[in-house]
Amino acid sequence: MMRPVFGFLAGLIFGLGLILGGMANPLKVMNFLDIFGTWDPSLAFVMGGAAVTAFVGFRLAWRQDRPRLMPAFDLPSATQIDGRLLGGAAIFGIGWGTSGFCPGPAWVALPIAAPGTLIFVPAMVIGIVLGRALK
Amino acid sequence: MLPAIPTEFTPWASLGGGILIGLSAVMVMALFGRIAGITGITAGAVASGDRGWRIAFVAGLLAAPLLWLAVTGGFPQQTVSTDLTGMAVAGLLVGAGTALGSGCTSGHGVCGLARLSARSLAAVVTFMLFAALAVFVLRHVFGGVA
Repeated sequence: MMRPVFGFLAGLIFGLGLILGGMANPLKVMNFLDIFGTWDPSLAFVMGGAAVTAFVGFRLAWRQDRPRLMPAFDLPSATQIDGRLLGGAAIFGIGWGTSGFCPGPAWVALPIAAPGTLIFVPAMVIGIVLGRALK
Repeated sequence: MLPAIPTEFTPWASLGGGILIGLSAVMVMALFGRIAGITGITAGAVASGDRGWRIAFVAGLLAAPLLWLAVTGGFPQQTVSTDLTGMAVAGLLVGAGTALGSGCTSGHGVCGLARLSARSLAAVVTFMLFAALAVFVLRHVFGGVA
């Protein structure tokens, strides 16, 4: 019972952060990426604030023997920088730049129900399933 | 693709939003011992295995704009492309790309950088570069015709 409750709370806080930070607005995301045009550097503050907070908080979390609701930590172990990592990141970048949506903001935007979002989210989920199968 | 309409620079709200995202990532690490990557959480929510907390996390993301509406009286301001074919293709690219590249803005960008992962740094530089390139080509080469 604790896992779904805290999972929901973590998702809610994440989503509110995306909204407050401006990432739920694809136009703002595109303006962040448009350095030679209508540049809006705001999203650097979202990423910076999130990464610094996580940098400090992760180190506090890792002082525990194990996470509170799971038997053990389960972190990515891969270290090699290969074609699949960079190719996947490039494909993602093109999709992100043309739509202004990355996965978190797309979920958050779904209940607002803009037609573009209603098309984007199912396509994204299909893409994730296909991408996983390819891997 | 969206026209080049300026948006307001919001450093403090964006910093506050970033800190909330960071706190959520720390919650996931401290409680579940995992990376708060939305791609991985989405994949885990639709696949078999330990789905419960991941489905709940996605439900939390969906609840955020509704809580925003209840508190402020309006949905968050947004402008979304009305090119539905373009959005379908972009959705496929975002999903497949993040699955192949093992992460998105949250998994690599927030959590990976916080773990000082060289792999994540390489991914972040790559997707930022290609995203900026895509915007440059669409807005400045084709002039936002699409």
